[in-house]
Amino acid sequence: MTALQIVFFIVAVVTIFAGLMAVTVGNLVHAALWLILSLFGVALSFGLLSAGFLAVAQVIVYIGAIAILIIFAIMLTRRVATDIGSQINSGWPWAAVIAFVLCGGLIWMLREWPGFSTLPPQMSARADSLSMLGMALVSPNAYVIPFEVASVLLLAALIGAIIIAWERK
Amino acid sequence: MIPLSWYLIFSAALFSTGLFGVLARKNAIAIIIGIELMLNAVNLNLVAFWRYITPDAITGQVFAVIVFAVAAAEVAVGLALIISIYRRRNTIIAEEIDMLKF
Repeated sequence: MTALQIVFFIVAVVTIFAGLMAVTVGNLVHAALWLILSLFGVALSFGLLSAGFLAVAQVIVYIGAIAILIIFAIMLTRRVATDIGSQINSGWPWAAVIAFVLCGGLIWMLREWPGFSTLPPQMSARADSLSMLGMALVSPNAYVIPFEVASVLLLAALIGAIIIAWERK
Repeated sequence: MIPLSWYLIFSAALFSTGLFGVLARKNAIAIIIGIELMLNAVNLNLVAFWRYITPDAITGQVFAVIVFAVAAAEVAVGLALIISIYRRRNTIIAEEIDMLKF
């Protein structure tokens, strides 16, 4: 094993363990903190895939915004988070079976695919993925329309969230 | 060098973990935590395929950025709905929110 493989292995194990804790632990605030660790592991994986911008965006958007939003929502509904005994459905074995079958099925299906064990191609030295991404997001020949649609969707969703959560007297 | 298969297995496991959370949790906020894990697994797959299959086209990263935006929108609306339900019904347990059920 090379050093890179060992780093990937540690990151993957920590991320999946944190994800498992996030979906099983009883206290919801702890679940949110485990979620943060898991999201951080995914950010590190983006770094390993040489997508530096996405790693930074993952930390800012997911850990900085989404996880904090989830923690605030847990605090606003605090009584529920602590008072009921079990946080898990009575039908959880079925959920575990479905998750296992899905994971195994995905891996089994992917093993049939010839590109399964591709090694990463060498990134050409002058190709800068950050400036390529920046150009692609604003160039009319590339993805400016999806980018604008995504920003309008985000604006609409935020206004909608304010209206839904508004307290009517 | 890490083969592509490691990333695919990693993200399949992460997706299944999120799916288990969505199916097994009672609390609506915990269900949203599961959805976040699933969206992250999808993003990881997109970026891994970009790096291993088409590193010269930036499409995979653009897709991942748009998934970020959609995830933020989803969580904002979802938590607003949960807070609104909590105000009216004083519960956010998914089983007890059954107003539409006869």
